[in-house]
Amino acid sequence: MAKKMKLTDITNMFSGMDIEALEGVTIEGDIELDLGGLGGGSDPMLAAALGQESAVLAQHFARIAGMFGYPVGIGGPAAAAPAAALAAPKFKDLIPAKFDVANMADWATPIQEVRIGNTSADGGSRGKAVHVGGEKALPFYFDADMPNRNQVTIDVFDMRIGLAKAVKQNYDEVMDSPGEWAKKNVEQFNADMITIHLISTDPLIKDTPAKEAAKTVEEVLQAVDVPIAIGGSGNPQKDPEVLAKAAEVAEGERCLLASASLNLDYAAIAEAALKYDHDVLSWTQLDMNSQKELNRKLMKQCNVPRERIIMDPTTAALGYGLDYAYTNMERIRLAALMGDDELTFPMSSGTTNAWGARESWMVGSPLKEDSDWGPREYRGPIWEIVTGLSLALAGNDLFMMMHPTSVAFLKKATQTLFGSIDEEPVDISNWIAAEV
Amino acid sequence: MKINSPLQAYKYLPQTNCGECGEPTCMAFASKLIDRSFKTADCPPLVKEKKFAKKLAELEGLLAPEIREVIIGVGEKAAKIGGDDVLYRHKLTFFNKTKMFFDVADNMDEAAIVERVKQIADFRKFYVGNYLLLDGIAVRAASGDPAKFAAAVKKVGETTDLPLILCSFDPAVLKAGLEAAKDKNPLLYAANKDNWKEVGELALEYKVPVVVSAINDLDTLKTLAKTFADAGIQDIVLDPGTVPVGKGLKNTFTNFLKIRRAGIDGDVEIAYPILALPFTAWMAGIEDPVNASYWETVMASMFTIRYGDIMILHSMEPYAVLPEMHLVDTIYTDPRTPVAVDGAMYKVGSPTADSPVFFTTNFALTYYTVESDIASNGIDCWLLAVDTDGIGVEAAVAGGQLTADKVKDAFDKSDFDLKKDVNHNTVIIPGLSARLQGDLEDSLSASIKVGPMDSGRIPGWMEKNWPAK
Repeated sequence: MAKKMKLTDITNMFSGMDIEALEGVTIEGDIELDLGGLGGGSDPMLAAALGQESAVLAQHFARIAGMFGYPVGIGGPAAAAPAAALAAPKFKDLIPAKFDVANMADWATPIQEVRIGNTSADGGSRGKAVHVGGEKALPFYFDADMPNRNQVTIDVFDMRIGLAKAVKQNYDEVMDSPGEWAKKNVEQFNADMITIHLISTDPLIKDTPAKEAAKTVEEVLQAVDVPIAIGGSGNPQKDPEVLAKAAEVAEGERCLLASASLNLDYAAIAEAALKYDHDVLSWTQLDMNSQKELNRKLMKQCNVPRERIIMDPTTAALGYGLDYAYTNMERIRLAALMGDDELTFPMSSGTTNAWGARESWMVGSPLKEDSDWGPREYRGPIWEIVTGLSLALAGNDLFMMMHPTSVAFLKKATQTLFGSIDEEPVDISNWIAAEV
Repeated sequence: MKINSPLQAYKYLPQTNCGECGEPTCMAFASKLIDRSFKTADCPPLVKEKKFAKKLAELEGLLAPEIREVIIGVGEKAAKIGGDDVLYRHKLTFFNKTKMFFDVADNMDEAAIVERVKQIADFRKFYVGNYLLLDGIAVRAASGDPAKFAAAVKKVGETTDLPLILCSFDPAVLKAGLEAAKDKNPLLYAANKDNWKEVGELALEYKVPVVVSAINDLDTLKTLAKTFADAGIQDIVLDPGTVPVGKGLKNTFTNFLKIRRAGIDGDVEIAYPILALPFTAWMAGIEDPVNASYWETVMASMFTIRYGDIMILHSMEPYAVLPEMHLVDTIYTDPRTPVAVDGAMYKVGSPTADSPVFFTTNFALTYYTVESDIASNGIDCWLLAVDTDGIGVEAAVAGGQLTADKVKDAFDKSDFDLKKDVNHNTVIIPGLSARLQGDLEDSLSASIKVGPMDSGRIPGWMEKNWPAK
């Protein structure tokens, strides 16, 4: 951008920079010069670095002044203007400094890499496998490259359920067909994986028998060729039976069984995983020590190999305990990197929990003192995005999500930090004058 | 801070155990200094008695946070930023929330400026007993005209007492803004490699905090900060540039990580608060305004978590502001104190004498989970939060913080009479506290029903079990 300067400004500008270099140059008179074409010539950093060169620049200015017809003396007595500028010597030259910072020396233990899904090479029928974990640093840190990007698995339920309006409108026509639902998630919403939740098996819901629920798993496996996670209803009495039966019909596909927890028969789930070639999701509730205990039990009691364990340390929504969920994950990941081998596993987040926050689904604030909450259809997706992104930064690898917009933004954000998104460079230098 | 054990701080204290600070011993006071809940000024003898002056000065040096604290603005609404001692919140806590400043352009007409400033100043969201609020106004010299900028700054200052950032790279424009914001202690944005000398002079002349800016160039950033510090400027904020997308954004993220790690590790020349500009999301050519706003929130989230101390933002849409302010609160909540709600009787919806009565604990996460589970299903009820020192139901039953007596106390304290305020004399208790049923029947002389283990199942439970038979 062209900027107007007076010659005295030029002398002032140079006066504090390299006094010696300016000796012998005096400029008389005062005119306005348009310095637009001289861009780099008025760069003091450059001047400070180049020392003597600034004298040349000064002479260059002087010559320009001469061309405009103003008297410029070389080697004459010092003019008054630069002398006056020298009287306020708060700043002279830039004091050069080099920035340097060390990598973390104590992040010496890598996170276990876990594969979900078997392709034909491994005796399964998935079109591709998903890999999570393998990190040697906190996510997106410069200390070490992240080997695997974050993955998103989109939820499918085995029955029509109540969903936030903003979510439901994306799935309404497929909600009675888990296969079609799964297809839509993959084809239209770019899901890396599918999670089929067998919630109808809950004795308090439909009490669907395990055997019948397993048919839904087969339906989903046939409808899509991405890896799948299989969830129960959350009923601790019934889930082991449901997941074992589902594991059996999905034999050899290396699904993620969700979940083993301390309040149910985790051994039964671990046994099914080993027998039928699946991974186990080790789920605890916001407690690092419980997580260690369950992982230890899965490994030592149940002989689950390390490369088949993923942890779900619990996701609480933004505003509803995300501080606990975030710090729990960050502590787990840091402890793992520093060598706690009961925690060196990739992590999974039930990011869909964000939709439990009233801000994501309520029409407006129930409190009249609050500012207007604005349209809820825009609040819900960003609530899921921020919840997920926060946990991505804490170390979470796999995201169980619902809203297609949330999936798209979470993927873009995490893949940008991962380094796989190239975009046209944006010149931000003039943001102050940006039109928005 | 340079020390981390109470014993190290104790050496510098009077060691008289006089108790003037409110703590029984100087050692107890020392531990409060280390966890930063007390300041040296809280020890009257240390401050008043001349013989301690040297120790006081030394102790203050040792206790100073690694990242410099900078104050922007004046009075009650002044924004304090920086002051951190750790890289991860669980290691202590993060101090001084990331401050959210929203832009106003000086080429907006006066009425539009006033309207926007009021919108920013008035925005509020009730949360866990307090209002979440926005922090300040960044006035952009979009016009490049000193007079126009001064007029805008003046108008903003007349409309609000929120702190200001004056944004221009032109020293003449900044000077005009400073004149219009006299005695308001605005943050000067920004000195860069082209204008640093003039802007530095302004910062000294007007005694205001100043941003040094170098886009994706940490050597220059540090050079500028060091030069300013050498000239006696203490209140410095760093702008390493915030690129909105692609590899540029990844570089920005890396720069924030590096600066903060170096600062916490003891490189005092770069140990200053960092400014993030999620605003630049609006320069990335994202056409749909909702998408652009979402991306701005994404950037704000990244830099709330990773070391942004102050942000300049644009979107005032509630769907941008609400998650942003909640995330700031999330990251800056002190993890050392369990978050609790007041032990009291709460109304969910519009309960009547026919409505069910539940209780849960005052652990905020538990309470709000139960409350939203009930509210989201349109159930009107009475919900008692029993003070369990902020511990969840299962752990509180096991640990003795949740007993029949505690529940009775909670009913009594909230003046709720099961015989009068409802017509069924029934209490539904959390499934995880089922073992209290017998004791509660005795202490409350009421009918006690055991609810589900998970409050998410309350609606289904209600269908089968309510009204009470």
